[in-house]
Amino acid sequence: MIRRILTRIGTSVLVLWGAVTVSFTALHLTPGNVVDVLIGSSIVTPEVRAQIIADYGLDAPLPVQYATYLGRVLRGDLGQSYQLHESVATAIGTQLGPSIQLAGAALLVAVVAATTLALLTARRKRWIRGLSSGLELIGVSIPTFWAAILLLTVFSFQLGWFPAVGDDSGSSLVLPVIAVAIPITTMLTQLMRESLELTLEEPFVLTARSRGMSDLGVRLRHALRHALVPAVTLLGWVIGLMVGSMVAVEQIFSRQGIGQLTLTAVSGKDLPVVMGVVLVTALLYVVVNILIDLLYLVIDPRLRSAA
Amino acid sequence: MTEPVVEVTDLHVSFGTLEAVRGISFAVHPGECVAIVGESGSGKSVTARTLLGLAGEEARVRAGALRVDGVDTSGFSERQWRSIRGRRIGFVLQDALVSLDSLRPVGKEIAETLRLHRAVPRAAIPGRVLELLEEVGVPEPEQRARQYPHELSGGLRQRALIASAIACHPRLLIADEPTTALDVTVQAQILRLLAERRRGGTALLLISHDLAVVAELADRILVMKDGVVVESGPADQVLREPEHPYTRGLLAAIPTEESKGARLSATTAPEVRRAPPGEVVIEARDLAKSFKGRAAVDGVSFELRAGETLGIVGESGSGKTTTARLVLGLLAPDRGSVEIDGQPWAGLTARRKRELRRHIQVIYQDPLSSFDPRFSVRRILDEALDVGGEPRATRRDRAVELLEQVGLDASVLERRPLRLSGGQRQRVAIARALAPRPRVIVCDEPVSALDVSIQAQVLDLLTDLQAELGVAYLFISHHLGVVHHVSDRVLVMKDGRVVESGDVRQVLTAPAAGYTRELLAAVPRLDTTAPLVRRAS
Repeated sequence: MIRRILTRIGTSVLVLWGAVTVSFTALHLTPGNVVDVLIGSSIVTPEVRAQIIADYGLDAPLPVQYATYLGRVLRGDLGQSYQLHESVATAIGTQLGPSIQLAGAALLVAVVAATTLALLTARRKRWIRGLSSGLELIGVSIPTFWAAILLLTVFSFQLGWFPAVGDDSGSSLVLPVIAVAIPITTMLTQLMRESLELTLEEPFVLTARSRGMSDLGVRLRHALRHALVPAVTLLGWVIGLMVGSMVAVEQIFSRQGIGQLTLTAVSGKDLPVVMGVVLVTALLYVVVNILIDLLYLVIDPRLRSAA
Repeated sequence: MTEPVVEVTDLHVSFGTLEAVRGISFAVHPGECVAIVGESGSGKSVTARTLLGLAGEEARVRAGALRVDGVDTSGFSERQWRSIRGRRIGFVLQDALVSLDSLRPVGKEIAETLRLHRAVPRAAIPGRVLELLEEVGVPEPEQRARQYPHELSGGLRQRALIASAIACHPRLLIADEPTTALDVTVQAQILRLLAERRRGGTALLLISHDLAVVAELADRILVMKDGVVVESGPADQVLREPEHPYTRGLLAAIPTEESKGARLSATTAPEVRRAPPGEVVIEARDLAKSFKGRAAVDGVSFELRAGETLGIVGESGSGKTTTARLVLGLLAPDRGSVEIDGQPWAGLTARRKRELRRHIQVIYQDPLSSFDPRFSVRRILDEALDVGGEPRATRRDRAVELLEQVGLDASVLERRPLRLSGGQRQRVAIARALAPRPRVIVCDEPVSALDVSIQAQVLDLLTDLQAELGVAYLFISHHLGVVHHVSDRVLVMKDGRVVESGDVRQVLTAPAAGYTRELLAAVPRLDTTAPLVRRAS
């Protein structure tokens, strides 16, 4: 058990080290002088140039530069953004909050909605399942940016129920959350319904019903937990996917956040920020996946004894 | 006579156009055991489920009378059904590993029945669960109640499943193949436990495909076929003087020590005389293999000659399957050696191993999972013939020839495994094994998943093929009757070791080892003069 956790943490460290190495390589493979690449499109004084060369150790041989970079990342120093005039860590830190708020709320909505839908539609009459899978098909098919624009047009501009921009109130969170949650909900519903249907065929379900348990009771107390294992696996994968949809949604709703920061940094060639975002995303991904591995053990006792 | 606990007259159950049950009638009285015996598709399980109102949403049920515990259940609403399930009727399925929720401790499963029917005050539930576990003979109930099904042995979890069914003291207990997945000694214990319940006044409805199991317990037997009861009566009468040809066929199909050398299935094919055993084809010396420090096989030696059958019997975990994998060269032994036709596996390159594998083929319990479901029979055989070095031009003819040898005709060539019956699948598996003209076939529980009449046909087929082709069998089974029927010599295995070996008649009729005697004593027998359960009581 402990050994398993240690290997898991070990591989996670490897993943992070890989991310650091990739961003270091990207910096050096970008055409042009490394100093110019780091500065990007802003204009700096010769003193600042000299400072950058010293910070990154750019006058030293490449392996030393790599070691210097690695050491700085380990200390939590992600460098300086010469366009934003603040450290990358601060820039990301201030933008992380709103993004996590949006992502967390969207995940919560998606999980609750998908679980409810799957429980209600699994092994029901054909038209119910048909209707539900039709809606799901639409849900996974429409691009997030388009869903966001549609929500904005209808509920904000026409009906005026929710504000169109900003991130100061709870009501401004509603539409972005729905936009991010739609594809996740639909994928999750499909997966959970399928595994619920398989589970409801199992002999132990017949046993539970033979004890006098109601259909709803069987679904909630027995079948649901079996359907959670594949759902959790999907969630781990979805976290990575969300970074992409956040970029679009934050832009459309003019929200602060990592997506917005990334977009500005990429279009402004602010490489220190881009590298920082890559590292933070990798870290997030790794942490979430460790949590998911632990969640497996909570859900399925058989994995505990196997570990 | 007392009022029956269940009374069924003229029961019909249909699914769409399929009539699964067509007009059956029976009654079970308190303290009585009625058994419904039949093969797959006979309608026996549908009958059992109909008594609980669990035949399925698509099922249409029609009956003259359907009375449980004096209450007429025809026209029951779902709510009314729920109030009698678990409270008036307990239901036990086969294989508690899948019939109990694998993600919950067994104690919670037992508590569920109590909680649903408010059988005892909420606070008293945990104590009652422990009492129930004790009642069904589970030692250390406090600890067991917290364990999950996969952490318990097959016998203990089957007991836990029974405890959850009897938690509210139902007057009727329905047991659908309650011992089918169990080892023979554990099966005997579970049958004793059910017999105890019956003695306590519970009415027992036993559903089984196995006449021998039923013989141990039943007062009355109903034989079902295609939704109809073909024969019914007191157990002794049905088993000793069966009137219906189907019942007689079922009884004759059971492999036992008496059936040795005779055919099990009704057939007109002439019996072929077997040649005496030839040269040694497998030589296993002092095999040992352990997994994570636990010895799975320890010091197993044997030889197998051409045209001969060596049986390996043992319960789960005895090392039978590991031995088979060592012989097949799929595992490397920690110690000892295996020679196929004088050629040891050890030290061979992957290429030479593949060549040697032509000489030793295998058939498994469940052929469906050993076939690619997308392959047609033609492709399945084609692949095996290709491995066997058959030229492309003659493969089709050879495939048809193989199918004929196993009693199938060329019309199955284009079918996929899912479209074949269980018996046909096993025949295709045998044809595939024969394709590279092997010297030996390892048969790992080849008939355990089959109905007794199909089992009889497959065993007859294996015997015929051996006489015709001189192939040797390493025949692995937990079923002593089957092994006795087909084998010349036998190894009895326990905990990875051979406890006894020798001529099959010698070992299985006059065993020297205590363990062999124990196994034999646990085998349910058809001779009802001294059935096991009554003997024990």
